[in-house]
Amino acid sequence: MRSDLLILEGVSLKREDRLILNNVNLKVKKGSIHSILGPNGAGKSSLAYLIIGCCDYLPDEGNIIFCNRNVNSMPIWEKAQMGLTLAWQEPARFEGLTVEDYLSLGMKEKNSDKIMEALEFVLLDPQKYLKREVDRTLSGGERKRIELASIFTMEPKLVILDEPDSGIDVLALENIVEMIKTLKKRGTTVLLITHREEISQIADRTSLMCSGLIVKEGTPEEIAQYYKTKCIPCPEKIFPADRNNTDKKKVSEKDARL
Amino acid sequence: MQDYKLMLDAYKKSGGAPEAFKDSKIAHLVVHKNKVLGKHLVEGLIIVPEETESGINVILTVRKGFRISTPVHLCFGIIPEEGRQEINIQAKVEDNVRISLLAHCVFPNAVKIQHIMKANIEIGDNAFYEYNEVHFHGEKGGIEVIPQAKIKVGKKSQLKTNFSLLKGRVGVFDLDYQAEVDDEAVLEMITKIYGYGEDRIKIKEGGRLTGKASRGLIKSRIAVRDEAQSEVVNEMIAEGENSRGHVDCVEIVQDQALAKAIPIVEVIHPLAQVTHEAAIGRVDKKQVETVMARGLEEEKAIDIVVGGMLK
Repeated sequence: MRSDLLILEGVSLKREDRLILNNVNLKVKKGSIHSILGPNGAGKSSLAYLIIGCCDYLPDEGNIIFCNRNVNSMPIWEKAQMGLTLAWQEPARFEGLTVEDYLSLGMKEKNSDKIMEALEFVLLDPQKYLKREVDRTLSGGERKRIELASIFTMEPKLVILDEPDSGIDVLALENIVEMIKTLKKRGTTVLLITHREEISQIADRTSLMCSGLIVKEGTPEEIAQYYKTKCIPCPEKIFPADRNNTDKKKVSEKDARL
Repeated sequence: MQDYKLMLDAYKKSGGAPEAFKDSKIAHLVVHKNKVLGKHLVEGLIIVPEETESGINVILTVRKGFRISTPVHLCFGIIPEEGRQEINIQAKVEDNVRISLLAHCVFPNAVKIQHIMKANIEIGDNAFYEYNEVHFHGEKGGIEVIPQAKIKVGKKSQLKTNFSLLKGRVGVFDLDYQAEVDDEAVLEMITKIYGYGEDRIKIKEGGRLTGKASRGLIKSRIAVRDEAQSEVVNEMIAEGENSRGHVDCVEIVQDQALAKAIPIVEVIHPLAQVTHEAAIGRVDKKQVETVMARGLEEEKAIDIVVGGMLK
């Protein structure tokens, strides 16, 4: 029995002759938090859409294996029924769909107690939010929390969290980190996509992504160290604390593509 | 009695609660073709129906100061496959009145039916008038519905209309509502229709904000699939000082269906303002994929997105 819940073998994705994802290899261990760290434009969200099976995101090469099954051409809903889902970076808004409706979408049987629990889990008052619509009247932060709550009610085997911290204020960041840890404790494997090194620190393993490539994989500390000594400087968003020392870190692009 | 029972059965299918017709606190009027099958009034409300060759003329008055606490239930319709029903309403809502009407128009077996409603509604000052109209048609599409209303909204009054046609085929639908809004009064017109097959939908809604600090919202939510077609003309004219209007139209198109939206906004007073938004397109891919990512098949996901918009 493999302990890897999700495996990507040599996965590539092209857009009009441009390589968006280049021979991506990745193994996500069951029960772990695995982060994909990289700057904006590295291909992280494209990787998420490809894994989940969004329209126009079929791999041009390689295999996506989930629960020991090749799921390359499987539609999103079928993957979701297998227990693979995505919490979007900028979740869609729905006119006429209440928070209660939205949170019950992924549940096999609607369970009101669990919906309430999910809202409390993301620190939203159920009395205030249950009957609100998942529409434009919600702030970005509220919508992100509801997205996380929907993962809580769905209880997938693996969730891809695409930049769960974006649009969240600094004070709430700690909550988000706790929520991700709780998801893990409840048995959900997490593939955490982020451009912030401090968020990446909660992972068991981290893969560094740049220009559609997985450049390096290791513990979050190893990846941080790797960046400091081997990697070309990436946009300061990844390691904001190091932005004054970028000159020391410059190495050739060849070295970066190890 | 048979017609009455059939009307109430259809009313129930359209989402209505027939027990309302047995409640002495709730006023009602039931009309089949040109026959008044049931009528019950409450204090402050006067309804005088007159049967005509092809329908009825109704004079509806709500007397000054009366606040009708429960919605007045109206049920119009035709049970046979063919027929014509023309309803002419003269409504006078006097000052300081509050009334809500819930009309169900039921044509469950329509093959060749024409339903025409012409209303002249005059709302006094400081009043609240709400008119919710729900249609229930059969699956054959042989129906033509022509609702027309001219409405005057008095000072500091509020008019809300909510028209929905979400069950059964639309057939041919041609709505024309025009409202004139006085000082500090508020207009809100909402239309929600789901067309399919070869349905033809035409909506013309207009708000003329003549009064100082008057407000207006015209909102349309239309979904069309198969070979259905829709055209929405929403017009808002702001004439009054500090009047504010907004026009909001969303149409979702599937299959071979066609949709057209024509927002017309006109500002006459320099301190008035009208905004508009219109969107026509396929069902939003991201919305559908978001729902699918929770394990629902594409068709069901589309139903949820479209159903939410029309809710």
